[in-house]
Amino acid sequence: MSASGSLWLIPALPLLGAAINLLIGKRLGRSAGILATALVVASFVVSVAVVGSLLALGAEERIHTQHLFEWIRVGGFSVGADLRLDALSAVMILVVTGIGSLIHLYAIGYMHGDPRYGRFFAYLNLFVSFMLVLVLGENLLLLYVGWEGVGLCSYLLIGFWFEKTENANAAKKAFVTTRIGDTAMMIGLALLVLRFGTLDFSVIFGSAAGTLTKGAATTIALLLFAGAVGKSAQVPLHVWLPDAMAGPTPVSALIHAATMVTAGVYLVLRMHVIFEISGVALTVVAITGLVTMLFAGTCAFGQDDIKRVLAYSTVSQLGYMFMAAGMRAYSIALFMLVAHAFYKALMFLGAGSVMHGMHEETDMKRMGGLIRKMPVTGVTFIVGALALAGVFPLSGFFAKDEILEVASSTGRPWMYVLGTVGALVSALYMGRLVFLTFFGRARSEEAEHAHESSLVMTIPLIVLAVGAAVAGILDTSTDGLISRFVEPVVGSVPEGAAGIARSAVVTISLSLAVVGLFVTWVVYASGKIDWLALRVRMQPAQRVLEHGWYVDNYYSALLVTPGKAAAAWLAYVFDAKVVDGVVNGIGAAVRALARSGRRLQTGLVRTYALAFLAGAICLLVYVGFRL
Amino acid sequence: MIDHLLTIVTFLPLAGAVVLLLWRGAPDNSARSAAMLTTVVTFIVSLSVLGKFERADAAFQMVERATWVKSIGLQYLVGVDGVSLWMVLLTTFLFPLSVLASWTVEKNVRLYMASMLVLETAVIGSFVALDLLLFFVFFEALLVPMYLIIGGWGGERRIYAAIKFFLYTMAGSAFLLVGILFLFSRSAGPVGHGTFDIQQLMSVAGSLPASTARWLFLAFFVAFAVKVPLFPLHTWLPEAHTEAPTAGSVLLAGVLLKVGAYGLIRFNLLLFPEASKYFAPAVSILAVIGIIYGAVVALIQTDIKRLVAYSSVSHLGFVVLGIFAFTNQGVTGGILQMVNHGLSTGALFLLVGMVYERTHTRDLGRMGGLAVVMPWLTGAFLFAVFSSVGLPGLNNFVGEFLVILGSFAVNRWFGALAAVAVVLAAIYLLWSYQRMAYGPIHEEHSGLPDVNLREVLVLAPVLSLLLVFGVFPKLLTDRIDPTAKAVVAHVSPDHLTDVGAGAVIQANGAAP
Amino acid sequence: MRTPIAYFLVLSSILFAIGTVGVLVRKNALIIFMSVELQLNAVNLTLVAFSRMHNSLDGQVLAFFSMVVAAAEVVVGLAIIVSVYRRIRSVNVDDAEALRG
Repeated sequence: MSASGSLWLIPALPLLGAAINLLIGKRLGRSAGILATALVVASFVVSVAVVGSLLALGAEERIHTQHLFEWIRVGGFSVGADLRLDALSAVMILVVTGIGSLIHLYAIGYMHGDPRYGRFFAYLNLFVSFMLVLVLGENLLLLYVGWEGVGLCSYLLIGFWFEKTENANAAKKAFVTTRIGDTAMMIGLALLVLRFGTLDFSVIFGSAAGTLTKGAATTIALLLFAGAVGKSAQVPLHVWLPDAMAGPTPVSALIHAATMVTAGVYLVLRMHVIFEISGVALTVVAITGLVTMLFAGTCAFGQDDIKRVLAYSTVSQLGYMFMAAGMRAYSIALFMLVAHAFYKALMFLGAGSVMHGMHEETDMKRMGGLIRKMPVTGVTFIVGALALAGVFPLSGFFAKDEILEVASSTGRPWMYVLGTVGALVSALYMGRLVFLTFFGRARSEEAEHAHESSLVMTIPLIVLAVGAAVAGILDTSTDGLISRFVEPVVGSVPEGAAGIARSAVVTISLSLAVVGLFVTWVVYASGKIDWLALRVRMQPAQRVLEHGWYVDNYYSALLVTPGKAAAAWLAYVFDAKVVDGVVNGIGAAVRALARSGRRLQTGLVRTYALAFLAGAICLLVYVGFRL
Repeated sequence: MIDHLLTIVTFLPLAGAVVLLLWRGAPDNSARSAAMLTTVVTFIVSLSVLGKFERADAAFQMVERATWVKSIGLQYLVGVDGVSLWMVLLTTFLFPLSVLASWTVEKNVRLYMASMLVLETAVIGSFVALDLLLFFVFFEALLVPMYLIIGGWGGERRIYAAIKFFLYTMAGSAFLLVGILFLFSRSAGPVGHGTFDIQQLMSVAGSLPASTARWLFLAFFVAFAVKVPLFPLHTWLPEAHTEAPTAGSVLLAGVLLKVGAYGLIRFNLLLFPEASKYFAPAVSILAVIGIIYGAVVALIQTDIKRLVAYSSVSHLGFVVLGIFAFTNQGVTGGILQMVNHGLSTGALFLLVGMVYERTHTRDLGRMGGLAVVMPWLTGAFLFAVFSSVGLPGLNNFVGEFLVILGSFAVNRWFGALAAVAVVLAAIYLLWSYQRMAYGPIHEEHSGLPDVNLREVLVLAPVLSLLLVFGVFPKLLTDRIDPTAKAVVAHVSPDHLTDVGAGAVIQANGAAP
Repeated sequence: MRTPIAYFLVLSSILFAIGTVGVLVRKNALIIFMSVELQLNAVNLTLVAFSRMHNSLDGQVLAFFSMVVAAAEVVVGLAIIVSVYRRIRSVNVDDAEALRG
């Protein structure tokens, strides 16, 4: 089979696993997980093979396409089930299947003993399959299939332990919140069809410049970006992601850190042509990213739940990616996406390992000193945290550094300044997380008796830690490996106005990272400061951050409550009393008329006969006059 | 034999009904099996209609014509095109499932099954009749068995619901009859003698003054809008759905509502194209209001059947919106949605019925955690929910997208507002599913059984079609599209009608 | 020399009037029924008379038609009267008032 002819296998293999596990997963028992993992690994192998064949081609010809069948044809509008592999999707499928494989492997251990073990792997496989459709689709509608499909899997997996009402609520919230963005995106797709008559990337990219006015491009780009905001949990649609941590931890790692939430970034990169025509839309993307990055960073600092810290941190890191994309540094956004997939998946899995060792405890106040009990988890987690905080030479350092470098040269100095502040904030919350969890003294019974997890869980941690540490070599500068690889698709990083020298950027951000980590060490792990007392004194501020600036409460007060009241009014007053009232009123009027009419019915035959005669005479008289 | 395929499909169920009615003292199980056999055979015969159908041909096919009452020009005239073909198949497909789902009916089984079979004949007849009066006969005839099914085998307030259903639709039909008779009286001139043949009436109606055509449009429209139902003529629907037995709800949502939408396409659009264009903005606004309104009201319902009923109001709004967009994509999408809604909502009502048989309540507040004891049943429910929510890959998505696309070309606001309902649908359906299946389970429900073999046989065909038509919508659209194109060309010959490749760039200069 | 049409019409009117008064004033259902028959026959008479005047058979055909219908009606009507009698033990029409509104 040729390379492009085997593209379909990449999403089909996990889909097969999903089908098998859904139908007979219960009977498979423990082998359900092994089967699911094997199929994702197989998909990874196929991905590596086809990407390899892609690399063999010249830089400009690196596109494989495969036509499967025609999906929709109505009039002149047609959508094919076509797959497209170019440099951008190549990076994405490697991340999805590679990191996906590791997380599947980890989940075999993590989910061991769960009554719905088979079903879990079915959903997980289904997710991988949809995610691959998302990144491999040759047109926006197929992308949308994957887009909604991963939303479905996210819903199923967040609510996997549905016996608890909070989990079910979180699942619904995630689906509905992202759906708001998705709907805007669907309108964007409709607009694109009206302009181009098709949703095929090849056509849109080829003719966008001549077809779209600036205004039209702005509208479309912003509608598409609304979809990305929902899926990638950017402000103001970020509220679902922290709650989504109700799902099992491998789910958080795979869906809510490494892959699904990055789909929004992928969308912006994929459609960057339209964003560029607009220009304004790019600014919106950059500012949304910047605001989200800072906002979520502060929230992460206020969380006590280890998974919620990571969730807000994910939101914040995604903000960085959008910031990069908004500054046209698409390849850097993609590099950050890859690096983040490594270190964030690593940290989520590490958090899962901690929870495993602590009887599902997630409150960091009850942890402490765990590095002695769980050395592998602890060390790998610290690698991930340092990578995220941007410590040289780990992967996050390069990504963040390149973004700040570009920011310094955009001619908008405040973006650079705020971006640097964001770097400090991430160092602070990461330091707090690490020192509270792994250092200091054990603050609970469970923490004292915590135990290291099994090999099936620690091996993925080690692999990911290595990845998080060395992924930096993929793109050591704005002209690195990834940048050059995806350049034919997304273009190169623009040379802006001469900004601050790179060495200065590096020095500043690196020293801020170190300062942040040091400060948190002093506060949380050195034993010199009673951080609990400090916390009590700072309580109002801490509350605000812990509740994510109360955004949920505002939404509830401004949207949910009035919405419910309006719906109740429509249903119980308007529909029942007004609309149906008119109907029943007509009925009542007819009855009233009938009541007066029935008096005429005496029941006496001779009365009727008399009326008959009277009528006949009247008719006669009338006819007589007419004659 | 083969020339009378449509007649056979139409009257086979009636023959079964006659047999059942004459067979006094039939054991319950024999009555059930007889009805099942009849509906299955009807379905198989209808498949050969599908086989014979020429997909590229927009004209009426398999036409049968026989004079009935010559002096008034009444004929027996039947035929199918891309619209009615799928309606007939949807009907013949849903009936066996409904019969199978009604296996648990214990009261007066013979009469119940006979009513179902009469209903099937009336519905199929409405879809294939090409003679206005013949259509009217079938259109009215379907009220009687439906009335009996709701009133005889329904819930607590069944009599109220049945009478409301009957009177509401009868009131609409009165206008229809007046319109039909008026057209008939006008046909005597141009055609030479009076006729009810809609193909001949098309030329008659074309020669009417615009104002007359508009009044006639309204007369026809009211009758069909009640049936669809279009806001604000929808209030019979929640009552009827709630009180009807499971199969009654399935058929009401699955096929009876489609008769209304079908009537709009077949009669309003074809007979009064100019008036249709004239009223299109008003009708579209009603449809959009219905889409949002149905969804918002569904948000607050606690009775699961009422909730699905209001969601029908919302979904049927999509159908009407698509049809009255007069674009290729809109009309095809609208017709596609008629099939899709029949399947999805049919599946939902089947599932609601199964849940009700176990829990004996329709109140969402008294359910919860059912996913623990019946994973397959709730899983199937979730599948149908996501189909109804419009998840890509399942059937509803393609139709909804085409409708939004088609109406978007006409008016940006219509498309955008319709899209909002997609969010609302996710809220109310997921919320109801959550309250039913998730959370802690109620004590008294902890021993309930999961699906049995009969229920699997009911659900498997319809659920698999939800997936098949999501992945291969072309199975449907290839046969719908030529007809839709012809309808659009008839209504709106000189306008932008295709938003597909190339057509738009020149024709549509306005900024979005 | 034909009998003028007026003679027939006068006779017919008288018969019809007698029948009408009979329907209105009598209470016995059987008598009312007979009065109705009288009215019918009065009309038949005019039909035949006009038929002769116009030298057309239509009137006579119609008269036959109405006689046949009347005969059928008698069958049904008497049956109804008998079953009403069985039920309320009376042929007085004023006693049959179940339809009073």
